[in-house]
This record gives sequence, structure tokens and C-alpha cells, in this order.
Amino acid sequence: MTALDRPLTSTLPRARPGRAWVGVLAGVLLVVLAATSLFVGVSDVSPVSVLTGGPDGDAAFLLVASRIPRTVAIVLVGASLGIAGLIMQMLVRNKFVEPGTTGVSEFATLGMLVTMVFLPGLPVVGKMGVAAAFGLFGTWVFLRVVRFVPVRQLVLVPLVGIMLGGVVGAVTTFFAYRLDLLQSLGQWSQGSFATIMAGRYEFLWIAGLMVVVAWVAADRFSVIGLGEEFATNLGLDYRRVVAVGMVVVAVITAAVLVTAGMIPFLGLVVPNVVSLVIGDNVRRSISWVAGLGAVLVLACDLVARTVRMPYEIPLSVVVGVVGAALFLWLLLRRRSRAR
Amino acid sequence: MIALENVTKRYGGQTVVDDVSLTLGGEGVTALIGPNGAGKTTLFSLVGRLVRPDAGRVTIGGLDITTTPSAELAKSLAVLRQENHVAARLTVHDLVEFGRFPHSRGRLTVEDRAHIEQAIDYLDLDAYRHRFLDELSGGQRQRAFIAMVLAQDTRYVLLDEPLNNLDLRHMTEIMRLVRRMADDLGKRVVTVLHDINFAATWSDRIVAMRDGSVVADAPAREIMRPEVLRAVYDTDVDVREIDGKPVALYYG
Ligand SMILES: Nc1ncnc2c1ncn2[C@@H]1O[C@H](COP(=O)(O)OP(=O)(O)OP(=O)(O)O)[C@@H](O)[C@H]1O
Ligand SMILES: [Mg+2]
Repeated sequence: MTALDRPLTSTLPRARPGRAWVGVLAGVLLVVLAATSLFVGVSDVSPVSVLTGGPDGDAAFLLVASRIPRTVAIVLVGASLGIAGLIMQMLVRNKFVEPGTTGVSEFATLGMLVTMVFLPGLPVVGKMGVAAAFGLFGTWVFLRVVRFVPVRQLVLVPLVGIMLGGVVGAVTTFFAYRLDLLQSLGQWSQGSFATIMAGRYEFLWIAGLMVVVAWVAADRFSVIGLGEEFATNLGLDYRRVVAVGMVVVAVITAAVLVTAGMIPFLGLVVPNVVSLVIGDNVRRSISWVAGLGAVLVLACDLVARTVRMPYEIPLSVVVGVVGAALFLWLLLRRRSRAR
Repeated sequence: MIALENVTKRYGGQTVVDDVSLTLGGEGVTALIGPNGAGKTTLFSLVGRLVRPDAGRVTIGGLDITTTPSAELAKSLAVLRQENHVAARLTVHDLVEFGRFPHSRGRLTVEDRAHIEQAIDYLDLDAYRHRFLDELSGGQRQRAFIAMVLAQDTRYVLLDEPLNNLDLRHMTEIMRLVRRMADDLGKRVVTVLHDINFAATWSDRIVAMRDGSVVADAPAREIMRPEVLRAVYDTDVDVREIDGKPVALYYG
């Protein structure tokens, strides 16, 4: 430890080798998928038809009214759901949580049902607000309950969350059934971008705003992820950062719910994959989580759109299959690492 | 100075820290010793604002810790806990960088970077800086946590059993580092140690706790006596003079 005698020297942070090209590749993939998403569909919309007017002369209109909104919505949903999962995982210090495994989505759905029954005339932004409030309450309930589970009980934590979600979901379904609202409920429980068009997706920018908040507070979330003791020692107001994180998660969940519906696994799988490669320093991983989330939803939506042309299958089905496969892989990989 | 005034902490019916009045941080290195369950970690938690006392008051540099902003205190007090479970996948460099958080609030300046480099250097971690914490041995991880605390660059440093998991060489090197943090960098280190020979060799003052109270508080040489150690640990400890230094023999 002769280093003590050395003077303080400043060195630049060393770049991690080999990551740059992965970043470029991911960026290119994102752009290619987004472009494809613009030009794939039942109606003929292609760069040529947009310029020439196309067969019916409405290709440009379709592009602006439907395809662009849809693509923007997908990118926002993918990025924000990934980040909601990431933030939740830092708050709970558990890799297996996301809004869908903690009861948050179910609480938000219950909020939607409540607006339909009691406040049917509420504008969509109001519905979203109510759903977000319910989601926030759900996050709070989950964090309260989970406080009694030791941090290292990795699997118990999401199990508790799933049970909580199950109970709330059952209550929601019961009332929806009694009130003959099951069909409307199904509209949210099965995520899809089929009905997205201009004027019906703009709330997702609120989720986009939450992404910005998460970006700004990235270091704080990293420190929170070290636990309350570390955070306090570093002078961070633990409760306040947790509260901000809860709001971010709840608002993203609600915004996605009212526009696209519930999309499972995404918040779980994306941050986990990124964590494996990049680690959990939120400042570094957040752009990867956002990017991979967008890429995954873009790809899944393309599959959902093309597999049964001219019909669409629900996006949540495709994401469910892909996500479940990725999740299984993560679980098995984890076990083989532990051995 | 870290000043505890009539501080009491109870868990259920059990009084874990019992009306302790104590001033720490006058000397360069203070060792805190005592048997398991004596209340050493609880004392640190009280000073580190992790646990609220049931009675009494703690001040750091004259600032009451209940009324001073936590962010302010984090610039003058750093605490390394006895057990650190970090579930997040972070590299050594990440962790040390977070040690700068009280100063940088996330935006690293040239000075922050210099402190990070110095801490990594001091703890001999350059070869591991880009390794994830779960890819390190227990001792390497312990050194990474100490580097984090060092990077925080506070006047007062509390280390709860910093020699956990360290091999012979690194135990000595950490104690040498602790000594130099005090002598060269002007820090005030309080460290919980179970090996009283390390305490006697490297500290200026030893504070002994038992059952929530301070039972001895004196320079090392005065603590290293069989009757004092017996009173602290309730066990017979032979003390011999080797090369002019008191050495406790408690290996059997
Ligand atoms: N959260 C808690 N709830 C109840 N009792 C506690 C709690 N934390 C500590 N105690 C009790 O307080 C006493 C002092 O514990 P503390 O951790 O301060 O001891 P210590 O001196 O650090 O011991 P060790 O050398 O084993 O680390 C112990 O009897 C312990 O059981
Ligand atoms: Mg202890």
C-alpha cells in the first residue's frame, strides 16, 4: 500500500472495451425495426406510395394518422415499461419484481373499473389519473407487505406480489362480471396497439416524462438499490427517493394501461438481460433498458401484425410467449451459475 | 467530535445501549472492543442515524444529527457496516464512485475522480476495478467497501469489524491504512475490532463495551491487562510483553 505516498492524480474513466459496437448495433436495430413498423400493415404504406399518393391516395394520411402514432407508442411503451421494471427492482432490491408481479397493474386496472362505474364521463386523462392513484396505492401496499419478507428471500417477494395481484384481480373480475363490464376489462388486460392512432396515444408522453425523471434521478436509484443503510450513510433521503420511484412506476403503469393495455413480462425480462451484461448501475444501464424494451416491443408487435394477416393477434400474447421464454432462460441460467 | 450524551436504546424490554455518554474522534484511531452483543454495532447505528435513540442526543462536529440535513452529515461522517449485502450487480469502480455521492450528487468532478482513483489505489483494487462484486472473494469485496468509505472523504470514519474476511496480510494492511488515514489525512477513525492485539498495536485509545455500557476507556496499554480484559470478556486472558509491547494470548 505504498500508493498512499503517491499524490492525488486525476485520470479519465477508462472506457469498457467491446461495448461500443454493441451499442451501435442496438441503435441500428432500433431504427430498422421502427422503420419497418411504419411500413408494415394491411394497407399499402411504403416510402414510394407515400410519395406518389398510393393506390387510393391516402398512404400519407395513414402514415401520419396510424403508423407513426403506433410506432411512437410502441417505442414509448417499450422504453417506459422496461424502466418501470428497473426502478421497481431497485426499490425492492429484487430482480423478480415489476408492476405485473407486484399487484400494481391489478390495482391500476381496478382503478379503471372504478372510473367506468362511478365516473363514466371522465376524460381519458382523468381515468389515467385514477388508475395511477390506484397503482400508487398498490405499490405502497406491496412495499408494506414485503417489508416483512427478508431481502434475501428472492423468490418469496414476487410470490407475495403475485398473490396480492391475484386477490385484487379477482375482486376486479368479480365486480366487472356483476356489472357486465368484463368485455371492457378485457380491452386492458390484453395489451395491443391495434387501436392506436393519432389522438389516442398521446398520454404515453406522460410515461415518456417519467422516463426522463428516472433518467435524471438515475444515480439516486442506484444508491437506493444498495439498501437503506448505504443510502442513509451517503446522505440520501431514502423515503423521498422511494416515493419518487413509486410515482414513476405507477404513472408508467397507468399510462400504458389506458392506451395499450397490460403487457406482461417486459418489465421483468428487459432489466434482467441488461443487468447480466451491463450491471445495475442505473446511470449506465438505463439507456440499454429503454432501448432493449423498445426493440423487444417493436419486434413483438411486428410479429403480432404479420403472423395472421390481415388479422392481428394481441401483442400481449406474443410478448407473453417471448417474455416467458426469456424469463425461463434467465431462471435456469441463474441456477447453473449458483451451482 | 462525535458526542453521545446519555444515549439509550432499547429493543423490546432489553436495554442495548444504556445511558452512554462518550466523546469519540479526539484521537486518530479509536478501537471499540467488547463481546458479541455488547452494543457496538447499535452504537454505530445511533451515530450513523440509522437508529433513533430512545433517550439522549448525538452530535457530530457540534451538529445535532436529528436536525442537520443528512446530506450535510454525509460529508463529515462515513460508516461501514458490519455486514453488507449488495444485491445489485455493481463493479468495484461503481461502488467506490457511489462513495463520492455526498460530494458529487451524481456529477463527478475532476476532484471526485481523483478521490476514486486514490481509494482504489489505497486498497490495492486496481486489478479488480471492473469486476462485479459477486465475482470477488469475500476479502476483496470487503476492501471494495472500505474503498467506498475512503472515497467519501469524511473527517469521521466508523468501521464496524473491517477485518472481517481478510487474510493475514490484508488485515495488517488495512490497519496500516487506518493508521495512515489518521496520521496523513487527518481523519478520525473509530473501528470495532475483535482481535485485541490489533486494537492494541494500531489504536491510540480503546473503548470497551459490555452489556450496553462503556466499561473501560483508556490508552491501549492500560486496557491490555488481564484484570481489565477479564472484566470486559468474562474470560481469562494472559498478557505478555513481547518486544516491549503487550500481547494478549487467548488461543487456548
Ligand atoms: N434490531 C434489533 N432488534 C432486537 N434486538 C436487537 C436488534 N439489533 C440488535 N439487537 C440486540 O442488541 C444487542 C446488541 O447488538 P449489537 O449488534 O449492537 O452487538 P455488537 O456489540 O455489535 O455484537 P457483535 O460483536 O456480535 O457484532 C444484542 O443483544 C442484539 O441481540
Ligand atoms: Mg456488531
